[in-house]
Amino acid sequence: MLAISRALVEQIVAHAREDHPDEACGVIAGPAGSDDPQRFIPMLNAAMSPTFYEFDSTDLLRLYREMDDRDEEPVVIYHSHTATEAYPSRTDIAYASEPNAHYVLVSTRETGREPGPYELRSFRIVDGEVTEEEVRITDTAS
Amino acid sequence: MSIEVRIPTILRTYTANEKVVEAAGSTIAEVVADLEANYPGIGDRLTDDKGLRRFVNVYLNDEDVRFLDGLDTAVADGDSVTILPAVAGG
Repeated sequence: MLAISRALVEQIVAHAREDHPDEACGVIAGPAGSDDPQRFIPMLNAAMSPTFYEFDSTDLLRLYREMDDRDEEPVVIYHSHTATEAYPSRTDIAYASEPNAHYVLVSTRETGREPGPYELRSFRIVDGEVTEEEVRITDTAS
Repeated sequence: MSIEVRIPTILRTYTANEKVVEAAGSTIAEVVADLEANYPGIGDRLTDDKGLRRFVNVYLNDEDVRFLDGLDTAVADGDSVTILPAVAGG
């Protein structure tokens, strides 16, 4: 189960809409071991593609150094699908490399850059195996 | 020669969960060979017959070795090597 605040979900969706029709991607970091996504970090999709995403390699090093310094880990790794459903593609599964992360997918295929309903789902991807999990959206406490 | 190598979570199964290990070598290729000698299996996760795997990033200090000389990049005592799998998909 992924527990995530409504504010963070809205940030993911906003980023996905902004980059549509290209895929958007990013991380939500949280204290190591907490399983609590807290810090929203949108990343540049270096592939700038509607069918592929990849963090820029220099940005990736900076991101992991920063998380290390802050004793954080990538609790959520998110990206968008812009023409297909919010379900991991074959390449998503092949390259998934954070067995402890929640892989969040959002699809903008229905509404594109416009507001409206969206599809957001979360998965664990471990050793090529995909397991969908419940997303519990929490209303941010004071 | 001693090189500090930072191991990503997904490869720590090879290093008994160690996050940072020491390796020896005067090039990235030699460092990878030394890692393989001490942590059998890890080498195959980093390289294939064409060289560095496409979705594995190896950094010498702050620089992606793809922007240097790849596996032939020279390393010196005290350097730090960081391995990070690409965050990528479709």
